[in-house]
Amino acid sequence: MPELAQNRPAAGLRADPRVLARERRRERALAFGVYAFLIIVSLPLVAGYGWLVLNSFSTELVHGVWPEGFTLRHWRFLWEPPSDYYPDLWRTTWNTLWLAIGMTVTMVAVATPTAYALSRMKFRGRSLFLALTLILHAFPGITLLIATYYVLRTLGLLNSIPGVFLVKAALMLPLGVWVMKGFYDAISWDVEMSALVDGASRIQTWYKVMLPQVMPGVASISIFSFIYGWSEYIYVITFIQDKNAWTLSSYINSIVGDYRFLDYGLLSATALFYIAPVLLFFFFTQKYLMRVTIGGTKGGS
Amino acid sequence: MARIRLEGLTKAFGPVVAVNDVNLSIEDGELLALLGPSGCGKSTILLMLAGIYRPTRGDIYFDDQRVNDVPPKGRGVGLVFQSYALYPHMTVFDNIAFPLRLRRAKREEIERRVREVARTAQIEELLARKPSQLSGGQQQRVALCRALVKEPELLLLDEPLSNLDARLRIETRTEIKRLQRELGITTILVTHDQIEALTMADRIAVMRSGVIEQLSKPQELYERPANLFVASFIGDPPMNLVRMEFRNDGGMPRLETAGLTIQLPPSARPQLERAEGREVVLGVRPEDLRFRTEPAPGLPVAQVFMLEPLGRDTLVDMRAGQQSIRALVPGSSEAKIGDTVYLQLEVEKLHVFDGVTGVRLDLGAGEQPALRVEAKGGA
Repeated sequence: MPELAQNRPAAGLRADPRVLARERRRERALAFGVYAFLIIVSLPLVAGYGWLVLNSFSTELVHGVWPEGFTLRHWRFLWEPPSDYYPDLWRTTWNTLWLAIGMTVTMVAVATPTAYALSRMKFRGRSLFLALTLILHAFPGITLLIATYYVLRTLGLLNSIPGVFLVKAALMLPLGVWVMKGFYDAISWDVEMSALVDGASRIQTWYKVMLPQVMPGVASISIFSFIYGWSEYIYVITFIQDKNAWTLSSYINSIVGDYRFLDYGLLSATALFYIAPVLLFFFFTQKYLMRVTIGGTKGGS
Repeated sequence: MARIRLEGLTKAFGPVVAVNDVNLSIEDGELLALLGPSGCGKSTILLMLAGIYRPTRGDIYFDDQRVNDVPPKGRGVGLVFQSYALYPHMTVFDNIAFPLRLRRAKREEIERRVREVARTAQIEELLARKPSQLSGGQQQRVALCRALVKEPELLLLDEPLSNLDARLRIETRTEIKRLQRELGITTILVTHDQIEALTMADRIAVMRSGVIEQLSKPQELYERPANLFVASFIGDPPMNLVRMEFRNDGGMPRLETAGLTIQLPPSARPQLERAEGREVVLGVRPEDLRFRTEPAPGLPVAQVFMLEPLGRDTLVDMRAGQQSIRALVPGSSEAKIGDTVYLQLEVEKLHVFDGVTGVRLDLGAGEQPALRVEAKGGA
């Protein structure tokens, strides 16, 4: 079969083991380079967390890096307060959770219907409203600190968790509304009209047809709100002095600012205690967050 | 089932008038097609019938009840969208059951009716799937089932076939027509595809710029287009249209343009009198145009410019004077590119329109079908 033999070199070029091996080596070198770069860049972050872990379980860090002697002494705060100055840890943790959940519920409850209206309804001032929310989002929240303090004092919401999450949610809502609006925008009008013709009222259409389709959006703003609420610092220490209403960030803040001396072991242990739930939460929910980039219309009709 | 009547129906979006003073009545059990190019207002009429849009002016009657202010849920309308608009988070069963659940039908009744309609549309085995797992044709059937399951008074179909491939389109066309006949549902079909309208509809309303240009049976639409727009819109390949002048000096009625003169029989004169001294447009469908290759004195001359074989037919592009004319001839034509041919015209197959208004002018040929036009190649 002379014709076939003639064709062979061209086809063989691709399957040549030496060429393949060279190709594979080059790919491997490239991957190695990429990984090396990423590892070096993320090293300081890992080192930070590593330091926290080592510090919280060892009696001493020689030269601040080498751990010596395993101890659980720093974790005693879990069952007894470090001093009379500190409130009960579990009460503080509960406050932190309450703040995170309150923040999440407020965000979802307000952003979901607001975004629907902005996406689907025509009304006077709609575009102005959209522009204003963006401006509000661009506004640094810290500049409002004193004004909001007065507002909360007038409303009797100082030293209360709802006071904090209302302010925090108000400043985060523009983002939530815009994210949700994106999800609603991706649903075709036909689907909504179809539900109306099928006999649904406007409200039924919203919660039976629209809402299930924007659930990835609801998930993502919930996750963001929860994490922001859990880790809120500046509003908590500004608006809450009452120790009964402290959150974990005020707790850690007071360890850092302790008048006697700075206990690094205790600081590390409480910090880990503070981070762990968020890390776990993020670990279990991140797959919902990933959908945000894909958009809200998987397999739409 | 219902009789539908539109009276002076108008819809304006700001300054744009999408539907302008439309009067129309649709008989019980009839399938009417709204046919027109995109943006002609046909979908707007559909959405007004469904209750999504509120008319700016005019009234909509279902039987003799005015429904302008009745919300969509109270109208008993089934609507199939071009995009199918299935609910992506529900299974096929739940999609079809949705209208029944909203009516709080009993569980057993829902089960029975969904299965029944799914069987009719042959999608029973798909009931547990999600819309994203279906092909376009299957999604289309689900949408149709969802519209039919509530036993609507009026079925509205918005371009139901245009997202299907060619073969499936022919099948579905037949299927929808069969279902519609069997169930006897008054149906309005919106389409821009004349084949869809001609094959499925009992009557067709051709629309342009928010106005109905002609309302008639499919065959009549093809044979007697009421004006230039309908003439050029219906038919594929489109009708040949040639601007000519009507002359009648010396008792010889004829149509003239540079390079082409068409002699009319003297009897044609009275019917054309309205066009006296005015420009007219002569229309001949490509399939009605015949020619011969042997010289025939008195017939208009043309040159074959291009041949387009279409399988069953061949489309012949010709030049007569400065006019470009197309003829559709069966199978393998004897004509070759560059040939000189002689056009044969039959008076019954000629369409003449007013050059200014575009309105059809009667040649009166119906009364003298035996008369043939004597046509002459001019200088």
